[in-house]
Amino acid sequence: MIDTKAIEHIAKLARLYVTEQEAAEFSKQLSGVVDHFKQIAQVETKGIEPLITPTDMKAYWREDKAKKEFTAEEMVSNAPQRTGNLFTVPPVV
Amino acid sequence: MDLNTASFKDISQAVKSKKASALEVTQHFLKRAKSLDSKLNSFITFNDKAEDEAKALDARIAKGEDVGVMAGVPFGIKDMFCTRGLKTTAASKILENFVPPYDATVVERLRKAGITVLGKLNQDEFAMGSSNENSHFGPVKNPWNVQYVPGGSSGGSAAAQAARLAAGTVGTDTGGSIRQPASFCGIVGVKPTYGRVSRYGIVAFASSLDQAGPMVSCVEDAATTLEVICGRDERDQTTSDHDVPKFSQNLKEDLKGMRVGLVKEYMTEKGLHADVQKTLDSAIETLKKRGAEIVEVSISLTNQAVPMYYLIAASEASSNLARYDGVKYGYRTNIESLGSMALDDFYCRTRGEGFGKEVKRRIVLGTYCLSSGYYDAFYNKAGQVRRLLRDQYSEAFKKCDVILSPVTTSPAFKIGDRISDPLAMYLNDIFTVSTNLAGLPGMSVPFGMSKEGLPIGVQLTASHFEEQKMLNVGYSLEQASSVKWKVANV
Repeated sequence: MIDTKAIEHIAKLARLYVTEQEAAEFSKQLSGVVDHFKQIAQVETKGIEPLITPTDMKAYWREDKAKKEFTAEEMVSNAPQRTGNLFTVPPVV
Repeated sequence: MDLNTASFKDISQAVKSKKASALEVTQHFLKRAKSLDSKLNSFITFNDKAEDEAKALDARIAKGEDVGVMAGVPFGIKDMFCTRGLKTTAASKILENFVPPYDATVVERLRKAGITVLGKLNQDEFAMGSSNENSHFGPVKNPWNVQYVPGGSSGGSAAAQAARLAAGTVGTDTGGSIRQPASFCGIVGVKPTYGRVSRYGIVAFASSLDQAGPMVSCVEDAATTLEVICGRDERDQTTSDHDVPKFSQNLKEDLKGMRVGLVKEYMTEKGLHADVQKTLDSAIETLKKRGAEIVEVSISLTNQAVPMYYLIAASEASSNLARYDGVKYGYRTNIESLGSMALDDFYCRTRGEGFGKEVKRRIVLGTYCLSSGYYDAFYNKAGQVRRLLRDQYSEAFKKCDVILSPVTTSPAFKIGDRISDPLAMYLNDIFTVSTNLAGLPGMSVPFGMSKEGLPIGVQLTASHFEEQKMLNVGYSLEQASSVKWKVANV
């Protein structure tokens, strides 16, 4: 059972604000979903390496050459708030 | 040329030989889409440069330039794909005004092949959903009956294609989001092998599961699209350098020598709607008549596929969606002055206000499964079971070439029917998720109709990089189908 306190804690880890109502709702729904997940515990997996990428992957190297793909203006064009080419944000410290 | 039933080859040949202009073809679809879409809500944004794109293409043809195999074909693009200069929202408030400065590789390749972009198609927010009821821009309606869902998450693509508001569309599939709506709307949908198609420029949901693919009116158009979009991309390290065959030139109806597998565990599924069972049985009969051998295979871990999928997908999503923080792009919470709010508060409010409920639910679920104390029991364990599932498929594909199964347990359901019970919604994906987990190619071909007049597709799955076999079986079924290329009357 994932209670509302646990939901609020997890939401905080995810930097996600949830209302009291959402926390209560998620507590009920996700407890059910997580219970459903527990059935995979029955599968014998001793010594099995987890599969992340489902097809075999080769690492490719590209040439170490700088490419000009975007202008600074393009890169900041979606900024909610900007000062010149800088993103304006609340104080970090 | 009747544009309702014109294939990509028909359109591009007509446009290249100047029997029709790219402009009139684009105008036809644009007019049709704009006049009918209010009933479906399948478009989020129309491209106001579509006619200019068509004119530019006509100009290049007049100069004798080679304009590509899909010259003049008007496309709808799911709003998960970045389109340069055209709003890309992933159907979320958190990206509602985002205008990308670049095209996704898929869009780039389609443009190079000559398409015009009609607009961006509606979907479940961040591709999280199986009914297109989770969009910030409102639900999409099934064009066969507007009280029913089109499926999801690529519901806008499926609905628009079924009503021929576009000549072709693309969607994304993480747990069935191309195949299921394709089945619910009566069109062809293909999810390629993981690694066939670049994910560069596609809004990331679950990076080890996401793939893009065609949602179109016929198998030949799907094959043509795959030839264009598949292939190694240095901007996506998970893409494969496997050769991309000329899929559309090798389609054949005769299936002598083809072994079609039926999964024992699926055949004992008790919840199958009677019309879905009938459609499946009819497909089996057709395949036998075409010369295929039907064999039984067993993939016992398909019983664990839904929990495995939701666990892995939610975990990967919780990581991928961490980038939406209101700093460089997207929605930002309203603050009087930047100094008045602590940074954490700023993040929490931006994300709390910007994300819809299903997205928040999955972020919380994923964060939980990855958190200290639970990671081993959940994410790691699911990864181990995933490897075993892939191995079981490899064993099955020693006995057969292609697997036939239902796409869903039932035809489309009514809007509102399953939205309040997430687990019931998740169980919609029972036949589609294992394909993504194992990285296999899968497709849905329309093959029947329910008594209520809703389409029913059948699903084909092949081994890694064996799309040709899957497309051939699909083509063969399609040619025998009573619902081949049925256009929904909106």
